Amino acid sequence: MKPSDYLPPFDPAEFVVAPAEPEIEVGVLVVGAGPAGLACAIRLGQLLEGAPELAERLGDVPVAVLEKGKQPGSHLLSGAVVNPRSLRTLFEGRVRTDAMPFLGRVEHESVYYLTPKRAMRIPAPPTMRNRGNYVASLSQLGRWLAEQAEEAGATILPETTASKLLVADGRVRGVQTGDRGRGRDGEELSNFEPGSEVLASVTVLAEGTQGHLTGVALDRFGLEGENPQVWALGVKEVWRVQKPLDHVIHTMGWPLRGAKRYREFGGSFVYPMGDDMVTVGMVVGLDYRDVELSVHDLLQELKTHRLVRKILEGGERIAWGAKTIPEGGFLSLPRQLNAPGLLICGDGAGLVNVPALKGIHYAVESGRLAAEAAFASLQRGEAPGRSGALAGYDQSLRESFVWEDLKRVRNMRPAFERGFWLGGAIAGAATATRGKLPPGDAHTERDADQELLSGGAASYPAPDGVLTFDKLSSVFLSGNKTRDDAPSHIRVRTDVPPELATLWEHMCPAQVYEAVDGGVEVTASNCVQCGAITAKGGRLTPPEGGSGPEYTVT
Amino acid sequence: MKIAVCAKYVPDAAARLRLDPATKRLDRSGEGALNPFDINAIEEALRLKEAAGDGEIVIVSLGPEGALEAMRKALAMGADRVVLVSDEEAAGSDLVATSRILAAVLEREQADLVLFGQQASDSDGAVLWAAVADRLRRPLISQVAELTREDGKVRGKRQTEYGYDVIEAPLPAVLAVSDAINEPRYPSLKGIMGAKKKPQETVALGDLGLEAGAAGEAGSATEVYALGDPPPRGETRKIDDDGSAADAILEFLAEKKVL
Amino acid sequence: MKTLVYLEHHDGQIQKDSLGVLSKAASLGGEVEAVLLGSGVEGLADEAARFGAARVHVADDARLEAPLPQPRVDVLERLVRDGGVDTVVFAATVLSADVAAALAARLEAGLNWDLTDLVEESGRLVGKRPALGDSVYVDVGWSSEPRLALIRSGTFEPVETGGSAEVVSVDPQLEEFSLAATMLEQAHEDSEGPSIEDADVIVAGGRGLGGPENFALVEELAKALGGAVAATRAVVDAGWYPYSAQVGQTGKTVSPKLYIACGISGAIQHKVGMQSSGLIVAINKDPNAPIFEYADLGVVGDLHEILPKLTELVRARRAA
Repeated sequence: MKPSDYLPPFDPAEFVVAPAEPEIEVGVLVVGAGPAGLACAIRLGQLLEGAPELAERLGDVPVAVLEKGKQPGSHLLSGAVVNPRSLRTLFEGRVRTDAMPFLGRVEHESVYYLTPKRAMRIPAPPTMRNRGNYVASLSQLGRWLAEQAEEAGATILPETTASKLLVADGRVRGVQTGDRGRGRDGEELSNFEPGSEVLASVTVLAEGTQGHLTGVALDRFGLEGENPQVWALGVKEVWRVQKPLDHVIHTMGWPLRGAKRYREFGGSFVYPMGDDMVTVGMVVGLDYRDVELSVHDLLQELKTHRLVRKILEGGERIAWGAKTIPEGGFLSLPRQLNAPGLLICGDGAGLVNVPALKGIHYAVESGRLAAEAAFASLQRGEAPGRSGALAGYDQSLRESFVWEDLKRVRNMRPAFERGFWLGGAIAGAATATRGKLPPGDAHTERDADQELLSGGAASYPAPDGVLTFDKLSSVFLSGNKTRDDAPSHIRVRTDVPPELATLWEHMCPAQVYEAVDGGVEVTASNCVQCGAITAKGGRLTPPEGGSGPEYTVT
Repeated sequence: MKIAVCAKYVPDAAARLRLDPATKRLDRSGEGALNPFDINAIEEALRLKEAAGDGEIVIVSLGPEGALEAMRKALAMGADRVVLVSDEEAAGSDLVATSRILAAVLEREQADLVLFGQQASDSDGAVLWAAVADRLRRPLISQVAELTREDGKVRGKRQTEYGYDVIEAPLPAVLAVSDAINEPRYPSLKGIMGAKKKPQETVALGDLGLEAGAAGEAGSATEVYALGDPPPRGETRKIDDDGSAADAILEFLAEKKVL
Repeated sequence: MKTLVYLEHHDGQIQKDSLGVLSKAASLGGEVEAVLLGSGVEGLADEAARFGAARVHVADDARLEAPLPQPRVDVLERLVRDGGVDTVVFAATVLSADVAAALAARLEAGLNWDLTDLVEESGRLVGKRPALGDSVYVDVGWSSEPRLALIRSGTFEPVETGGSAEVVSVDPQLEEFSLAATMLEQAHEDSEGPSIEDADVIVAGGRGLGGPENFALVEELAKALGGAVAATRAVVDAGWYPYSAQVGQTGKTVSPKLYIACGISGAIQHKVGMQSSGLIVAINKDPNAPIFEYADLGVVGDLHEILPKLTELVRARRAA
């Protein structure tokens, strides 16, 4: 049985409408206040400063950024070790690296292969060399970028979801924002506030992983590439610790199982965040097959390993979060990232270098390039809705280091389908030959198409409340206070067989799904919007603006 | 009709509240937001203005400069103006000092109605309005769960331990509303976008005719000596029911004098 | 030290918490006086004497009949200034909190509230209070006199010390603005029982009840104890009980003297709504339920058997 045998009640066409009663008009509308969206807003601000007539033509609000979280940063989560080059380019040298909210430069790093009892140091794969990069909290970085964007003239609109794509005459005209104040059955509550139609000359989708309108747009404009996108689920924690950690750690192996039939691809990371904090996370490809696998609990188990336990000893868990990462890389990129009136950037487009675990600097660069393409088109005075007007974006992206990097590592992740050891060998060959080997292009298979099996993964340690924790405590720590009577934003069939219900129950890091008699019960208010369900047989849509996690240091 | 709503900038609940061991006060250095309980007061003010057909709603706050951004939410909901008293000398003000500062601003504003929310999510202190009402020499109704206004008067249903009182006061008056009074509206997108353009004024103590000694720790009459751990809850007893659990519970309740 | 204790009364009786505060003041020493404000309250002066007041000020006036704060402030101000009072203590209630805060402004005096203890340490008066959802305790004090204190409900037990007191009649001089607010309708005891925010006892039900019909067991026990009924998010979500009874992160926060959790696992989302309860009793058939880590008394057993039995026993004990 596979999850795709039970498709969710979701049709992307539902989310494409023609503008009917437009209320607000802005110049460029950016959806998502993450690194891609904010880089786009910042670059636009810079360009508009030197083009006052265009700025005026764009009206009262030349650049608007919609953010579904409570504030920029609330829904941002990553490791993260950031390559600063794109930020340096974005700020044109006007902002020094030491003025950016980084938490320390990477000087030392180690990679380990773990067994239950041991940690064997292995040489860092060349794709994973991080010297010169910086550790950051993406949430904090997002907040800082939002300040820069506002200073550059952008208007940031938090607690606002982009729920539908406005399309007319074959071009994107803007978005319709989400309603607020609906009850469990969709009824209008006393403080119901309907969404608004926001028109824009150019709409930039920078929604991050599993971007809602990104998926809708790819479908509407036929932009999907040859290979389906695949994802990994990352679950991480931030700890206040007694002893500072002085190097960046990546691990592979335990607690994941290397046998081919399990398809458990991933690993963990432990990064120092300044002198008194550490972040530890577990990332696992969602093409795994064992219905009992729980990334949340694998992270708890990982912490009991001697290597990690001693780093966290005497410390206190202060943050938790989860988010999916697009893992298809080059092979899964849409065939085009622009459409009439539309540009797509960042993780939403799938611009992630999996072997290097890097996506933030690509997001920033793609946002910057999108800004330039939008600006050029607007400057020329042509309608950005004209077919091909924004093609400059795809062009510049293909000429950038983003494309070059992704192409070089395109076959590495798929190699790991052959199991850890063989996969590792193939990845090594790919590195050594800078992508010429293995020859040709591999393929990706949908995560939801993986046959499920019961492999006995669920022998996780019972939470002790000190080092290891249960899912509800974790959800609490994410700051999630979504109101209980909000309508469910998760499209999923509830009458599913026990294996599928069990899969979802273990998969979800926020305990949204529970296997019950006859199917699955969904507690949507727990959801931290990680997106895992979309990869495995359901579909996440954006809930009411302002709900979900309130990350601050993830 | 002019309504002044006193709103507080409080540390964001998500950014775990912490007391600063150095100052022994709330660590307010992190992100902050508009006190959720004051949002009910803002909503009530908006409803009164809508019922009256016109009026002005001014948000009055005492806090750091960063508070202005948080107060914008009130403007997005429909309030007209923000006046923020921001002065380094005011940091660490207790009830006496805070009420003194707020009263000074409110005297300037001369509102028909002054509204407070139920409590502040950071200090749980639920008493500021009474002190302000006394300084302004205005009638006070607190814990208001329902509010109506007729010509020159307000009538409030006040929630007490014994049920509801109905109290009437002539305007100008000071009212504190409970969170049961209304379901606050979500700001519309237009409202959010228009918020930045509305007048936001920052004043210092000197602008209010107050000297530095009137505020902050110097102007306060209470002190914080030390922070500590709460007393342990005491032993947790756990028993398995062998048929006598109900008796055991009864004895326990009697022993603890809660029966 | 000269302490004035504000005594609140209702339905012809001095409130237990006020008597507790009076007893505490008496134990701290110095001159202890009490004040009764209302209409027809002279009869209560004796009780005040028995619980520690050496002098009782009685302000008996029709204008003080309604439980409104502002006229009381006028009377207290005079008593404090004329009597050289250095400390004024209140048992916290909706009314007394307003009185205390307004009095603090009137006297430009320091007010510390939500105190769970009041002691003399190193020659000064120190109040102890919880903060940040009871996760931290703070020692607070006053930098000038008079010192005003609001004591959290249920903190001090009344202790009868016997004794008599001088009863002094007070002629209230009331400000015009203090009389501007008028009571149109006074509250009367709600026959349905207390709301969960005000209840001293709460009996709460969770998924362990098994079904909505079993809330009857919870309701019966609550009625027997004179308390209110609460529910967890899970059962409210499932439609077993209304949202108005929900306690927890996305519901209400309560701090009754007694919280009995029936069939509740005690996940943190629920815990944060009731962790400041005076006493927590948990009944659950799962010995590993997280609630047992913080319940004062945890009972591993079947609530369907225990609740009815307990209800019977409570009724019997109360009838006796």
